Amino acid sequence: MNNFAYTQAASTKEAATVTQSDKHAAFISGGTSLIDLMKSNIEQHSLLVDLNKLSLLGVENSATGLRIGALERMSDVGEHPLVVQNYPVISQSLLASASPQLRNMASMGGNLLQRTRCGYFRDVAFPCNKRVPGSGCPAQDGDNRTLAILGGSTSCIATHASDLCVALVALEAKLTLENAKGATRIVPLADFYKLPGKTPHIENQLQPGELITAITIPAAAHARKSHYLKVRDRASYAYALVSAAVGLDVQGGTIRSARVALGGVGTVPWRVPAVEKALVGKPATEDTFRAAAALAVRDASPREHNKFKIELAQRTIVRALLEVAA
Amino acid sequence: MSSEPQFFDQPGGFVGKPLVRVEGREKVTGKAKYSAEFPLPGLTYGVLATSPIAKGKIQSIDTTAAAKELGVIAVLTHQNLPKLAKTPDSPEGKKATSAPMGFMPLTSDEIFYAGQPVALVVADTLDHAIYAATLVKVNYAPESPIANFHDARAKLFNPAQVQDGKVDGHKRRGDAKTAFASAPIQLTATYTHPIYHHNPMEPGSTTAHWEAPDRLTVYESTQGVTRTQTTLVAMTGLPREQVRVITKYLGGGFGCKGSCWPHTVLTVQAAKAVGRPVQLMLTRKQQFTSMGHREDQSQTLQLGATADGKLTSLIHTKQSTTSPWDEYAESNSKIINLLYACPTFEASYEMARANVMTSTFMRAPGEAPGSFALECSMDDLAARLGVDPIEIRLRNHADHDYSTGQPWSSKSLKQCYARGAELFGWSKRNPKAGQTRDGRYLVGMGMATASYPVHSSQGTARARLYADGHAVVQSGATDLGTGTYTVMTQVAADSLGLPIEKVRFELGDTNLPTAPNSGGSIAAGTVSSSVFMAAQDVWQRLIKIAVGDKKSPLYKAKPEDVTVEKGRLFLKKDPKKGEGYADLMKRADLTDIEGMGRGRYGAGYETGHAASPAGPGNNTESAAEHSMHSFGAHFCEVRVDMDLGIIRVSKWVSVMGAGRILNAQTARSQIIGGAIFGIGSVLMEATERDAKYSRYTNADLANYHVPVNADIPNMTVEFVEEHDPYINAMGVKGIGEISMVGVAAAVANAVYHATGKRLRDLPLTPEKVMMAGVAS
Repeated sequence: MNNFAYTQAASTKEAATVTQSDKHAAFISGGTSLIDLMKSNIEQHSLLVDLNKLSLLGVENSATGLRIGALERMSDVGEHPLVVQNYPVISQSLLASASPQLRNMASMGGNLLQRTRCGYFRDVAFPCNKRVPGSGCPAQDGDNRTLAILGGSTSCIATHASDLCVALVALEAKLTLENAKGATRIVPLADFYKLPGKTPHIENQLQPGELITAITIPAAAHARKSHYLKVRDRASYAYALVSAAVGLDVQGGTIRSARVALGGVGTVPWRVPAVEKALVGKPATEDTFRAAAALAVRDASPREHNKFKIELAQRTIVRALLEVAA
Repeated sequence: MSSEPQFFDQPGGFVGKPLVRVEGREKVTGKAKYSAEFPLPGLTYGVLATSPIAKGKIQSIDTTAAAKELGVIAVLTHQNLPKLAKTPDSPEGKKATSAPMGFMPLTSDEIFYAGQPVALVVADTLDHAIYAATLVKVNYAPESPIANFHDARAKLFNPAQVQDGKVDGHKRRGDAKTAFASAPIQLTATYTHPIYHHNPMEPGSTTAHWEAPDRLTVYESTQGVTRTQTTLVAMTGLPREQVRVITKYLGGGFGCKGSCWPHTVLTVQAAKAVGRPVQLMLTRKQQFTSMGHREDQSQTLQLGATADGKLTSLIHTKQSTTSPWDEYAESNSKIINLLYACPTFEASYEMARANVMTSTFMRAPGEAPGSFALECSMDDLAARLGVDPIEIRLRNHADHDYSTGQPWSSKSLKQCYARGAELFGWSKRNPKAGQTRDGRYLVGMGMATASYPVHSSQGTARARLYADGHAVVQSGATDLGTGTYTVMTQVAADSLGLPIEKVRFELGDTNLPTAPNSGGSIAAGTVSSSVFMAAQDVWQRLIKIAVGDKKSPLYKAKPEDVTVEKGRLFLKKDPKKGEGYADLMKRADLTDIEGMGRGRYGAGYETGHAASPAGPGNNTESAAEHSMHSFGAHFCEVRVDMDLGIIRVSKWVSVMGAGRILNAQTARSQIIGGAIFGIGSVLMEATERDAKYSRYTNADLANYHVPVNADIPNMTVEFVEEHDPYINAMGVKGIGEISMVGVAAAVANAVYHATGKRLRDLPLTPEKVMMAGVAS
C-alpha cells in the first residue's frame, strides 16, 4: 500500500471537484473493497475522498419504483421491509453477498464498482491486461474455473463479481450520476458497464470526478415475484460460480413478463433478453423454462476449466424460475 | 506395561471433566499475548519482499528507494545479510538444522519458487516497512518453471524414503501382486487431491530479540519451542542455553508450525543486523508460500478380495509433487497397511521435482489421504457385494496389526461402529444407493473408519508444591489452542490432590523442562504423563522426608509401604497412620518442594526406553510388544442437489476410542474441529497453482474456501471408554488427528449412497457433482 492523503467531502460537488482534479484520487465509502485493492498494490491512490458525510441515503418506494441512496449500506437495504416485500431479488442478492460484517460496511454505490476476483488480477506478480494494459492474460489458458464464459475477449475473461448488480440489471435499474458541475445524468445499469474488448481496464462509463448518487428501479409485477439463486463453493461467503436473478409475472398460468440475468458467468452482469422473450406468452412450466434457459448460453465461449458453467447456468435459471413460479 | 506408576482416577477428580478453558478469559479479553504481541523496547518491524517468478536468477537488486524511505532501518538481501553458521542445503546441514526445507532463502541469487523471500525490510513501524518493501526493485532473469508432477517435463522418480526420511519409499508384505491377480474381486481406483494449505487463523510470526551479542530470545508462533530452538542453535551457531524460544499462545498450526521455517531465521538474522528486536508476521498471502502445504497427489489403490469380501491384497501407489531439494511425500500407505486384516500389501511412491517450496505434514499426514482411498474402496467393495459398509469392515476386522504382526495395545473399533450406528440411525439406511429422496434432494448415508498411531515420544515436567497448598507446574509444551493449558491443569490438580484453582500450569518456553512438539497427536499423552510423573516425584521426596522425620507418624516406615492420596501420606496397610504434606513441610521448614518427571509416550513407555522426541514415525515403535493406535468411526448424512451439484452435510456422528479423555469438552471440540477440517478437504478446499507460472492464483481466504458455519450441521461426538496400560502413565492416546482421518471418505461414501456416483477427485465442488449426473 502506498502513502495517500485523506479528506472528507462535505458535499457531492466538493467530492466530485476534488476527485476530478486528481486522477489518482478515489472515493471511499465502506472501503471493504478499495482497501483490499490498495493493500494488494493493485490500485494506488494519492488521495481518498471520504463520502460518508454526504446525505446520499434513503430507501424510498413509490408507485413508479424504488430509489436507493448510493451510500445506503448493503445490510440496511437487504433487510429493508420495502425491498424484501416488493423487490425480493434485490434483497436476496444482497443477503447472499459477502458476510454480515462486510455488508454492514459496504455501500450500495461501492458494490456497483467492486472489481473482479480473477486470481490473475488480484496478484500483481501476474500479467493482467485489466491491471496493466497490454501485459497479457494468463487466465485464457490458466486457472479459469471461476471466470467468464460470456462477454469475454482474448484480452480478458474476468468475471464481474457483484450479486447485487445481477438483480439490478434484471430489473432494469438506472443510476443517477453527478459530476463536479453539479450536473446529473441517468444511465441504465446495463449500459453503465463496458465489455472488456481490447480495453479491459475501462470497466464503466464513469467520467473523472463523476459520482453515483442513487439507484432507481422501476416498479413491476415481475419485480414483486422475483428471486435470486446463487451457486457457490460453500454455503455462504463465497463468490458465485453461477447465479441467476429472475422475475416473473404470471397470470392465469401464462407468463406476461419475465426478467432474467446471470451472475458469475459474464464479464459484466449478464441480462439475457432472449430468454425473457422466449418466456413471455408461454405457460409457466419447467419445459418452458428449460427451453428458454438454453438461449442464455448460446454465445458462450468457455475456456478449459469453466465449460461446466454452460450447463450450470441453464440449470440455475430453471431452478430460479421454478422457485418464483411455485 | 511399564513398571512406572500409572494415573488412577481419584474420587471427585478433575481429569475427564468438561472444564472450561483456564485461559479462556485471557483470550476473549485480549490479554493473551500471541507471538507478535510483545511490545519490546526499541521494537522494529520486518516485512518480506518475495519473488513474483518461480524459477530464475536475480540479476540485480536496487534497494536505494526502499532504504531512503521514511523510517527504514535496513534493507537486507542475499548481498548483505549476515551469514548463517549452518544452512540446510546439504543432507548433513538439513539434519543438523532440523529444518523442513533443504534450502534457505537469501543465501544466493537463485529463485526456486514463487513467493521465495528476496529481501527483508526493517523499519520503525509496520506501515513504513510494508510500503518500503514494495520499493525494492529486483531484476530477474526468469526461466520456465515446472508446476507439478503432471508437467510433461517433470521427471518422476522413486524416493528411497518419504515423509522426511521416516518411512520407506517401497514396502512389501507377502506377494500382493500375485494375490491381486488371482483375487475373485478386483477393484482398482485412482484418487486425486489438490494442494491444501493449513491456514491457521494466526499466520506465522516471529519476534527476535538479541538481548546480548551472544544471547537470543525469540517469541515464535510454533508448535514446538524446542524444535525451533534446535534450528536456531544450529543456524546461528549459538550454544543451546543462549537461545530461548517462547510461545505462550498459538492461533492454530495444523502442522505448518511444527518446524522452524525460513522467515523465522531471517527475522533472527535481521535483528542481529539492525541491533534491535524485529517483529515479523507473514501476510496471509505469504503464509501460502512460507510454511509448507499438503502436496498435490494422485494415489491408486488396487484391492483384491474373496467372493465374500475378505481382503486378499492391497497395492498402493502414489504420485506427488516435491520441491527442488527434498523428497517429501506424506506416507499414505501406512494406514492402508494396517487398518484391515489383509494378508498381502505393497506400496510405492513416485514423485517429481517442481518449482514449489517443500510440502510438510498437515493434520494426519498420510492417514488423511490414505484413508480416503482405502475407505472409499472399501465402500466400493461393500456396494459390489451388496453388503452393508459396516459389515464389510467387520468381515475384515484386524484383530492384530497385520503390518507388524503385533497385538494391539487396545482397540475399541467394534464398539465405535456399534455406538456410532446407534447414535446416527444407521439402521434406517437404504441398502441401495441413489434411492433415497427428500424433495429435490438425494439423501445419502456414509461412514468410514478412523485410525491414528500412538507415536513414540517423551517429555519432562516440573511440579513445585508449596506448603500453603498451591502449585506451579511447568513443561515446555505448546497449546495450539486445543486445550493443553486446561488439561494439564486438571492432571496436575488431581496428581497433587489440589483444587483446580490452586494450580497454575505454565508452558511454551525453552527455559521450562523440555517437551516435544505439539504434533502427531503426542502432546496430550506425553505432557500429561510428564506432569503426573513430576507429581509422583514430589510425593517420593516427601515420603523420604517423612520416614526420616522422628515427629512423623511414618517415621522409619519403608518408603515403598507409603502411598499418597489427595495430599495425605499414609501407610498402605494402615491408612490411619499418616499425615498431610502441609504438616510435614512445616516441620521440615520447607516453603516448597519440587519434583521432576519424565513422561514416556508410546513404544518408549512400554519398552522403558527413552524415545527420541522427534515424534511421528520414528523407529522405536517396532521395539514395543504392542501396536498402539486410536480407532474410531465417522458417520455422515448428506443431501445432494444433483441438478446444481450442491452437497450439504446434514448430520454427523463421530465415535472414538482414544484411551483416556482428559477433558470431555475440549476433546469434543477437537473432534469437531478435525471433522470440519476433513469436510473442508473433501468439499471445498484447494489451492490452485498456475501451470505455466507455478504460482498460486487463490492465495487468500476469499478464494481458498474453508467451511463456514452454514456448511456444518450439529455434530455428535462420543468417546468409548478405553483403558490402555501400555501407552503411557496416563493412558492417553491423543485426538488431534484421528478426528479428521476417514472424514473425507465418510462424506464421499455418503455422496455415493445418495447419488450412486463415486467421486474420487477432490474437492467435490458443484461442477463435479453436476457433471457426474450429466454423464449418466
